[in-house]
Amino acid sequence: MLKHFFSGELGLGLAQAAIAAALAMAVVLAARSRKIHLESEALIALARGLVQIIAVGSILILLLRGPRWTSIFLLIGMIAAAGATSARRAKGIPGALQVSTWAIACGAGSVIALMTWLGVIDTALTALVPVGSMLIANAMNTNGLVLNRFRSDVLAHVGEIETALALGAEAKQSVSPYIQASFEASLIPAIDSLRSLGIVWIPGLMAGMLLSGSRPLYASIYQFVVLAMIFAASGLTSLISTVLIRAHIFSPAEQLVLQPGR
Amino acid sequence: MGASASSEPAIIRADHLGRSVDDKVIVADVSFEVRTGEVLAISGPSGAGKSSLLRLLNRLDEPTSGTVYVKGLDYRQIAPRELRRKLGMVTQRPFLFAGTVADNLQFGPAQRGEVLSRAEIDALLDRVGLYGYAERNVAKLSGGEAQRVSFARTLANSPLVLLLDEPTSALDEAAKLGIEALIMEIVRDQHLTCVIVTHDLAQAARLAQRAVLMQAGRIVRVGSINEVLHA
Repeated sequence: MLKHFFSGELGLGLAQAAIAAALAMAVVLAARSRKIHLESEALIALARGLVQIIAVGSILILLLRGPRWTSIFLLIGMIAAAGATSARRAKGIPGALQVSTWAIACGAGSVIALMTWLGVIDTALTALVPVGSMLIANAMNTNGLVLNRFRSDVLAHVGEIETALALGAEAKQSVSPYIQASFEASLIPAIDSLRSLGIVWIPGLMAGMLLSGSRPLYASIYQFVVLAMIFAASGLTSLISTVLIRAHIFSPAEQLVLQPGR
Repeated sequence: MGASASSEPAIIRADHLGRSVDDKVIVADVSFEVRTGEVLAISGPSGAGKSSLLRLLNRLDEPTSGTVYVKGLDYRQIAPRELRRKLGMVTQRPFLFAGTVADNLQFGPAQRGEVLSRAEIDALLDRVGLYGYAERNVAKLSGGEAQRVSFARTLANSPLVLLLDEPTSALDEAAKLGIEALIMEIVRDQHLTCVIVTHDLAQAARLAQRAVLMQAGRIVRVGSINEVLHA
């Protein structure tokens, strides 16, 4: 229907974006009626997302004409932004920014590097940047989930953790049940994506490859490859994040620093 | 209760101990001694800093001024895990770990690579009046039973001193009296030194030989139970 009103691609795209954003805000308003307030966070996220993707898209058009090594800088920039974004889910945990950035850099970065070296990811800028960004974005989401869950679990179990400390437990031992639960919970989306691949959803990359003329069988296999890499990158990020963050919630004298209201 | 401990050396000495968080004074310039074998009550109104002081004694929180000497040694020179094992703590809520009563009793010794025998577990449970409870799931215990398991779990670490943070305030009257009797038995039979935080002055009088009275983070009185409560 929209195509009748917009002849140019840009106008059509913006109209589609406006409708999609309106739908997202309708959900936010529905949540508001249940006294769940996400209005400002959702509005800012939508506006930022649109501006960022247009800006990045414009830059990419220019960069895609550049040399291959440009992709390294782009991916490093993405890792830094991903670290800062997911660190916000660990409010009150000192050092969350460094932990998030290192975890994503090591988790997603090592998978990208290994798979590029093995030839699973093409070194062409047009392949490395989009696939790399998918791994980084999913690692960011997983990192946000693991930190958020860990923070909530620790705050809800301060008594149990301090009891373990008071009985002579090592700091890392006192939070091990919550590390495990957070790690498992953070990987649920990645596992579900793999499980439902092709049945519940056909992800964007595969749809893009089909639209650009790739053979359906290769597009399918490569989609699996991407999701398996996402799982590996997310799992590794989550693992590194939990190991690193554990040290940040305790003082050198093994006192629990993360406390409600502090 | 019991013999006077006035001639005994100090097992714990708090020296100008204090803690402030974001300019808020929690505990200020607190100095006192706990003598070997005595029961010392820390009393005072809500918000006086009693529990905060107890947390400073086993270094669950870090003092921002002063220190604590355990048997004459600055406690910052003792590894925190070893310090906490020596100064065993029982909290207001028992916070038992999921599993059986025996699992909970094994927790402390397991941290040092030790395993309690079944006979040792039974002896500990007998001491707290729960003989035969070893294989019970902690989720099925009453409040009073859970608190007794918490005592046994702390005793399994063979502490030098018991730090008790309002151990009866979450219990009904019958369970409260039972726990009080248990404290008196443990102190008498094991000659354990005990520091008990309580807002209940009558309880302090029943259990302790000496008391520290706190208000707004500071000690306002310290001495024998009669001197402190009837001054």
